[in-house]
Amino acid sequence: MKLYRLLIEALESLNANKMRSILTVLGIVIGVAAVIAMLSIGRGAQATITSQIESMGTNLIYVSPGSTSVSGVQSAAGTAGTLTLDDADVLAELDQVVAVASVTNNFVQVVYQGQNTRTRLMGITPGYETVSSLTLADGEFISESDQNARSLVVVLGSGVAEDLFGSTSGVVGQKVRLNGQVYKVIGVLESKGGNSFMNQDDQVLIPLSTALYRLVGGARFRGSSVISQITIKAENAKVVDQVAENATLLMRERHETVEGADDFTVTSQQDTLDAATAVSDTLTLFLGGIAGISLAVGGIGIMNIMLTTVTERTHEIGLRKAVGARRQDILLQFLVESMVLSFLGGLIGVAIGWGISRLMGQIEFSGSTITPVVGLDSVLLATIFSMAIGLFFGIYPATRAARLQPVVALRYE
Amino acid sequence: MEMIEVRELTKIYRLGSVEVPALQGVSFHINPSEVVAIMGQSGSGKSTLMNILGCLDLPTSGEYYLEGKNIAGLSDDELALIRNRKIGFIFQQFNLLPRISVRRNAELPLMYNGNKSQKEIEQRAEYILEAVGLADRMNHKPTELSGGQQQRVAIARALINEPALILADEPTGNLDSHTGADIINLLLKLNQDHGLTLIIVTHDASIAAQTQWVIHLRDGQIEDGSAHIIAHV
Repeated sequence: MKLYRLLIEALESLNANKMRSILTVLGIVIGVAAVIAMLSIGRGAQATITSQIESMGTNLIYVSPGSTSVSGVQSAAGTAGTLTLDDADVLAELDQVVAVASVTNNFVQVVYQGQNTRTRLMGITPGYETVSSLTLADGEFISESDQNARSLVVVLGSGVAEDLFGSTSGVVGQKVRLNGQVYKVIGVLESKGGNSFMNQDDQVLIPLSTALYRLVGGARFRGSSVISQITIKAENAKVVDQVAENATLLMRERHETVEGADDFTVTSQQDTLDAATAVSDTLTLFLGGIAGISLAVGGIGIMNIMLTTVTERTHEIGLRKAVGARRQDILLQFLVESMVLSFLGGLIGVAIGWGISRLMGQIEFSGSTITPVVGLDSVLLATIFSMAIGLFFGIYPATRAARLQPVVALRYE
Repeated sequence: MEMIEVRELTKIYRLGSVEVPALQGVSFHINPSEVVAIMGQSGSGKSTLMNILGCLDLPTSGEYYLEGKNIAGLSDDELALIRNRKIGFIFQQFNLLPRISVRRNAELPLMYNGNKSQKEIEQRAEYILEAVGLADRMNHKPTELSGGQQQRVAIARALINEPALILADEPTGNLDSHTGADIINLLLKLNQDHGLTLIIVTHDASIAAQTQWVIHLRDGQIEDGSAHIIAHV
């Protein structure tokens, strides 16, 4: 029988059982919509994470202390006090780089008159402004002379300024207390907006020398003068790997360590990006997989209905065979029917899945929206996959129909 | 050449371990353009014989030649092709598909006859439906027709592929006597006008009386004493 006649017959027979057909299609619709929505959300999340990381600069390299080892017991990375200011100075002399040192001290109490807040404190060298792509809303950044004089000056993150003063303007020149010590506000950072891992609005910056030697509760009070991190900014993204390699070799020479026993780690922004991409890929796959299960369940729904249909139409099959239908004619008739069901489900599912992803794009997650990406490939994948499901789950019922003996089928009531 | 020749036809059904013989050595032949009735009690094997003659089923043993071609050993698809091209079926229950129109029902065998264009199919269906007196009912659904009209649709369907042989299984069984007589007259007219070979299974002696000869079946065998049979053996 010609294909278009098969299609017409399939549509007629599906139309004859409207409710049943709609419910069967619904199973596929839900499955396909879930696959499309999950894949697009996964990809959207990935794009968002990637752009956030890239906004911090892809040409950054971080040198962190290694982990401490006490009697063979390894502690977490970053716990060893192995990085010094001298390391930072030497690294700064590498080709094509700007290098800065910083010390992080979580949770300092910042007080202005009756207001107070708890925030992260960073002791930094002057180059930090360029390396971290920070811009000032007001005032000026920590200078070389502040660093040399160990001045009691502070640059506030915009969030901190808002908390203490209710505004980011008119703050410069005010005095705040950090852990009880009086600091003069010399600048306020421009808001960078939400950032999932490190909110740069919620921090205060002081000169590294001040943080090491003068801050109450600072490094001096813990009996060491080590720094938490050296950040190197390569001239451009292309030389990142080369710079990271050079930095590693230089550090090894200075610390007299060998590969595998280093007391520091060198990671580039690209490593972070790769790791984040790998995580979100896994997440996308996982979500897509779960959605795929619902698609398979929809397929089983098709198989169920097709088996019912074949049983109901045994007599019809007998008649068709009596007037000359061959096995393949009957097989095709029922296959086309199940594939029409799954294809319709696929089309509607793509439309609904696309709608869901658009809706999800409107919702804010922890301050940022993700932009779901409905790729042509995921549309094709879902449509072809749903057709394949129609084929796969249609074959068994259709084969059963095709194998019926005409005499037996005609006798069936 | 004979239209149909059967020799020592047997059919044995197996019900578990019990063998039930439905036909036990039936032999006869039918010439082209003959009108033959098959009569017998229920359980006499006439449905089994009809299924075998219609290539819907194969005999357990014996030989069946349709227009000189041996049916034994043909595949399912080859049998389907023979049913499509050479045989037209008319059933007691009409067996029309309720979802589709009268026209589409009549066209059905042509759907499985791949070498006709859509236009040829439509023209042929219209011509045949006019011939059986249903020109004004073509686009109705079968359920909107009377029993006699439905059986006419079935006859149109049986004729559409211009078969040489029409097998009618109790064609009047579901009709009142008046309508039944009309249907039989239509079938006999087709035989006279087009020379179709006509085999009618019936309980009705008055229908059998209008045929050229009768095969009486009893317990899967042809009953003795049928002069027509002897003439043909």
